[in-house]
Amino acid sequence: MALTQSEIAALMRLIACTKDHELDCDECLSFLAELAEAECAGRSVSELLGAVEHHLSICLECREEYEILRATLRADGDAK
Amino acid sequence: MDRDNATWLTDLRLVGSTQEAALVELRAALLSRLRRGLGGRLGQDAALADDIVQDALVRILARLNDFRGRSLFLTWATSIAIRLAMTEIRRRRWRDVRLEDLINDVPHQPTDEPASDARDMHQAIIARMRALMSTVLTDKQRAALEAELRGMPQDEIARHLGTNRNALYKLAHDARKRLKLGLESAGYGAAEVQELFA
Repeated sequence: MALTQSEIAALMRLIACTKDHELDCDECLSFLAELAEAECAGRSVSELLGAVEHHLSICLECREEYEILRATLRADGDAK
Repeated sequence: MDRDNATWLTDLRLVGSTQEAALVELRAALLSRLRRGLGGRLGQDAALADDIVQDALVRILARLNDFRGRSLFLTWATSIAIRLAMTEIRRRRWRDVRLEDLINDVPHQPTDEPASDARDMHQAIIARMRALMSTVLTDKQRAALEAELRGMPQDEIARHLGTNRNALYKLAHDARKRLKLGLESAGYGAAEVQELFA
């Protein structure tokens, strides 16, 4: 295999937190707004949103988009 | 005008001047949010944000029935615009990188190296993982995992593999499950792996 030791280690971490059922990127997107608002308001998240958080821990692209959304909401709140 | 969720939905579903006014307002709000949220990521292309918002409006109108009302409508619309924007930004950033150049083109040979020969548990698991990758994954799954571990965005990997981001996530998820199962069959549980590679 061509993977380096550090890439293997990153893969191991991904595998360790792999679940049988995970939300895919489209399902994650459909809950992103709800999660961002809950987090910005300091509300605890439901079990379903916990599944979104799990997806965000695996999927770097969704994580990046979520962080931009959250920052945008915060900036929007600050601007008001 | 401050619209509530119901007003957004009603106005955007109408045709004529009411919908037009709602679209003008939504366009302005999304443009402002994208410029604030994405900042320097938009680069020097002044038209990029406009183009993305235009695409986002089309997407949002087509998906109005998907909005469940569990957040503000504008937050939901912004999440769609951000996804479109980041997909395009990543595409531009990675457009000159070929998948074949990123991953190893040497044929994957199964290894017979038994885990018990490894010097310690850490090395034994790595040896097992290398063997599993050669034996339990399809070529597409291996390529997807390797490219992902080397930082290529999923949209780009999907484009190279002739699929889409959502299907690619499912492909990679299935690959991870196969590898996890293979490790468990060899006696390496998730908690052990987590601890060793934390």
